[in-house]
Amino acid sequence: MTREIYRRPPGDTHPPNLSPAYKSTPGRAPRQAPVALPHTLSEVTGPLLATERLDALENDLTRQRMGEPLGERIVVQGRVLDEDGKPVPQALVEIWQCNAAGRYHHPGDQHDAPLDPNFYGGGRARADAEGRYHFITIKPGAYPWKNHHNAWRPAHIHFSLFGPAFATRLITQMYFPGDPLLAFDPIYNAVPEGARHRLQAAFDMEATRPEWALAYRFDIVLRGRNATPME
Amino acid sequence: MSKELTPSQTIGPFYFGTLIKSYRYDLAPPGVAGERIDIVLSLHDADGAVVPDGLFEIWQANSHGRYNHPEDRRNLPLDPCFDGFGRASTYTDGCSHFSTIKPGRVPWPEGGLQAPHVNVSIFARGLLNRLATRLYFEGDPANAEDPVLKSIEPKRRATLLAKRDAKGTWRLPIHLGGPNETVFFDC
Repeated sequence: MTREIYRRPPGDTHPPNLSPAYKSTPGRAPRQAPVALPHTLSEVTGPLLATERLDALENDLTRQRMGEPLGERIVVQGRVLDEDGKPVPQALVEIWQCNAAGRYHHPGDQHDAPLDPNFYGGGRARADAEGRYHFITIKPGAYPWKNHHNAWRPAHIHFSLFGPAFATRLITQMYFPGDPLLAFDPIYNAVPEGARHRLQAAFDMEATRPEWALAYRFDIVLRGRNATPME
Repeated sequence: MSKELTPSQTIGPFYFGTLIKSYRYDLAPPGVAGERIDIVLSLHDADGAVVPDGLFEIWQANSHGRYNHPEDRRNLPLDPCFDGFGRASTYTDGCSHFSTIKPGRVPWPEGGLQAPHVNVSIFARGLLNRLATRLYFEGDPANAEDPVLKSIEPKRRATLLAKRDAKGTWRLPIHLGGPNETVFFDC
C-alpha cells in the first residue's frame, strides 16, 4: 500500500515537462515516467528555513538601493494556503523579477533595455500566522526572449515556496490580469487550460495605497494533506 | 474550503543574482557530528551537454538519521547547527559542490530502515516542474535492503548511486534525458 500523506496533484494542474512550444523543454524534459514514492519522513519533512533571518527591507524592492527605481510602484500581497484553505504560517516567500524596462539584473540577460541602478529585483518575505505576505515592488516590463520569432514574455514575477515538506516545494510565476501577451506565451500556456487563470494575480482595489501605489493579490495554494493518514 | 493548487512554472535562467542570498554550499559547520563528505552533483541534458544554469537543492537527515523538522518526532539527537538544507546553482561545468555530513538511516513506513540518502530537487530553464531524485552512496551495505532502490529496475538503479572518486568526493551526474536518464520521483 502506498502511503499518501500529501494529496497527489490532479492531472490537470501542472504543465507537462515536455511542452515543445517552449523550445528549451525537448532537450531537458525527462522521457521516462517518474516513479511514485510513498511518503516517508524524507518526503514529509523539508526545509522550513525557520532560523533564516530576514532584513527589514527585504520585502520592499523599491528601497534596497540608494534611490527609488523607475517604474510603476505596486503592492503584491496574498496568502500562502493549502488545498483545504488552511494557511501555511511563517512560509518563506522568495521572489525575483526584471525591472520596469524588462531587463534582469543578471549578466546573462542581454536584452537591449536599460538596467536600473536602483533596482535589483530580488525579495523575500516571511508569511504571518495566517499565511499573509506582502511585497512592495515596481511592475516588471515585458521582454523578448527568442523562443520563436518576435516572442515576448508577459510581465511576470517569479515566486519560490517551500511549504511544510519536501513534497510541497513549488516554483511558479505570477502574471498580471488581462495581459494581452498571455495568449502568445508558451510557458504560461503549457499549463492545462483550466488551471492557467490561477497564475494571474487579481487587481485589488482594497489593498491599493491612495496617492501612492496600486495593488495586486496573488494567493498561492500548495498541496494539502489527506484527511486520514494511512498509518 | 477547498482551494485549487497553484501550477508550477520554470525557474527560468535569471534567478542567480536574486536567490543567491540563501545559497548554502556548506551544510555542516565545525562541531556538527558525523562523517564529513563532499558531494558534487552535475546536471546534463538529453544530449549529454552540461546544464550551466540549473539549481540544485538538497535535503537530508543528520548523522543520527533525524530530520530537523517538527514532523520527525523520534527521540534522536538534533544538532542545532545542522538543518540539512543545501542550495547551489550549477557552474559553467554543470557542477554544484556541497560539503556536508553523511546522513543516517531513516525509517520506512512499513518497518525497517532506508539506506542513507540525500533528497535532491532540480530546477532549470526548460524544466516546467521541479524534478526530484535521491542520491544514495555506492557500496553502502544498506543499499541492498533499501525499499526504494529495490523498487527500481536494476539497470536504472545505478543512476541514483553516487560514486566516490580518487579524492574521496561523492559524485553523481544527473541526466535529464538520453540513455542514462536519471530516475526521478513523484514524491
